[in-house]
Amino acid sequence: MKKVGIAGYGSTQFSKNEIAIEELLVESAKQVFETTPNLSQNLINGVIVSTNDNSKYLGAILSERIGVKPKISHTIEHLCSSGTNAVISAFSYIASGLADIILVTGGDVIGNPGQVLEWDKSRGEFNNPIYWGSLFTKAHKRKFSTTEEELAIVSAKNHKQAMDNPNSYSHKPYTISQIMNSKIITDDLRILDCSYPCSGSSSVLLASEDVIKKFTDTPIWISGIGQKTNSASFAKNDLTTLSSTISASKDAYAMSNTIPDDIDVAEIHDAFSVCELMAVKDLSLTEKTTATEFIRNLFNTEDRKINPRGGLIGAGHPLGATGISQIIEITEQLQNRAKKRQISDAKKGLVHNMSAAATSSTVLILES
Amino acid sequence: MNKFENELKSGNFIVTECLDCKQIVWPASDFCSICHNSTKWRNANNVGKIIEFSKKNDKYFGLIEIEKNLRVMGEIISEKTPETNQKVKLKESSFEKTSKFIFEVISN
Repeated sequence: MKKVGIAGYGSTQFSKNEIAIEELLVESAKQVFETTPNLSQNLINGVIVSTNDNSKYLGAILSERIGVKPKISHTIEHLCSSGTNAVISAFSYIASGLADIILVTGGDVIGNPGQVLEWDKSRGEFNNPIYWGSLFTKAHKRKFSTTEEELAIVSAKNHKQAMDNPNSYSHKPYTISQIMNSKIITDDLRILDCSYPCSGSSSVLLASEDVIKKFTDTPIWISGIGQKTNSASFAKNDLTTLSSTISASKDAYAMSNTIPDDIDVAEIHDAFSVCELMAVKDLSLTEKTTATEFIRNLFNTEDRKINPRGGLIGAGHPLGATGISQIIEITEQLQNRAKKRQISDAKKGLVHNMSAAATSSTVLILES
Repeated sequence: MNKFENELKSGNFIVTECLDCKQIVWPASDFCSICHNSTKWRNANNVGKIIEFSKKNDKYFGLIEIEKNLRVMGEIISEKTPETNQKVKLKESSFEKTSKFIFEVISN
C-alpha cells in the first residue's frame, strides 16, 4: 500500500451567504491551484466532491469548471462526516495505485438538507439536531454531574480560538457568563452551545509518496484511519458514550502505531459543547483527568491543543466541508504554518468527524 | 407512504417482529436485520419508560423505551418534572410529514 499525503489545500470563508454549491466548490478548488507549486490540471486523476446538497453530478461539474478530465470522479454524502469519508475514498484509490493525485472538495450551503435525516422515524417530530444535543447534554449532566459552566467553557474556548482563524464564521469572543446567559434553545442547550450551519467549501489535494515531493517539501501523511457506523437511527444510541468514536479511534491509533499520548493537536467534532467533552474522553485524550477538567485547564492556560481553528462551534459547520477543513487545520499545524493558532512542535495530529449523533464516526491520524 | 406511515397516520403505532428470531425490527421493515427472515406486523406496546428527557418552551420531550430494541423520541405530558425510568403511556401517535408520538406519565 502506497503512503498518501496532503500535497495542497484551500478553503473559503465560512459565512451565511446563499451561494450556488457549484460556485462554492470552485472557490476552494481554485485556491489549491493558486497555492500549490507545479500543479496543473492534467496531473490530477481524481476529483471527489463531498456534500449534502441535492444538486447532481457535482464531481463532473467541478472537474469541468476547473478544467480537469479525471479518471475517477464522484460525490460522497455521509451527513456531517462527508468530508473525511471523501478523503478516505481518495486515500484508498491512491494507496491501491488506481490514482496518484486526487482533489477532494467539500462544501455545503446554509440551509442544506443534511441537517435532518428524514428516514429516521424513531426521532418523531424531534428530528432537528438540537433534540439529540439536548438529550446528550442532559444525560452527561446526570452521569458526570457536568455543570452549565463546564459546558460553557467549551464554547468560550472555541469561540476564542476561532478569532485567529481567518475563515471562521464567528470572530466574536464570548465570556462564560455570556454563553450561560445566551438564548435558551431547550432546558439543556443555549444557542452558544450549538455549532451553526453555514456556507463554506474546503479542498485538499492528496498525492502518493511517488509524486508528492513535486508539490510540497513538507508533506503531511495520513497514517491512521478508523471508521465505524453503528446505525442510522438515533434512538439506538447510548447517550453518554460515542461508541462509534471509540471503535474508530482504536483502529486509527493501531494503523498509525500511535498512542493517545502522542497526539499533539486534535480537531474534534463539537456539534454541541457536550460533544467535545464526550469526544476527548472517548478518544482517550484525557486519561489522566476528567474531560471537564481537561478542557477547563486548556481554557485557563490558553492551550489550543483541542480545536485550534475554533471547532464547529466557532468556525461554523458547512457539513460537507467540515471534515476537510479539520484536515487542513491539522496539516497547517504539522507544517508549522498555523500562525497565531500554532501548537509548538506539533508532530502528530488527530481529526474526529462524526454524523447523526455519533451513529457513525471517522478518526484520522496525520503526521509530518 | 409506506405501511408504517399509513398505519401511523390512522393512529396505529405498529412495529415489526421477526417470525424466526422474534427480535423487534425497528425502524419497521419487511425483513429482520439480524437473520433476514420475514417479519410480522403487530401493534407496539403502549407503555414504556423514560430513558432521558429535556424541555423546549413548555413541552417536555424525550427518548422512550417501549420494548427491547424499540425506542422513539416523543412528547411527554407531565404535570411535574418527569424522571428517568418513569412509566409513560402512549397517548397519541400520528404521521404528518414526520412521525409523531405523545406519551403521558402514568406513575411517579
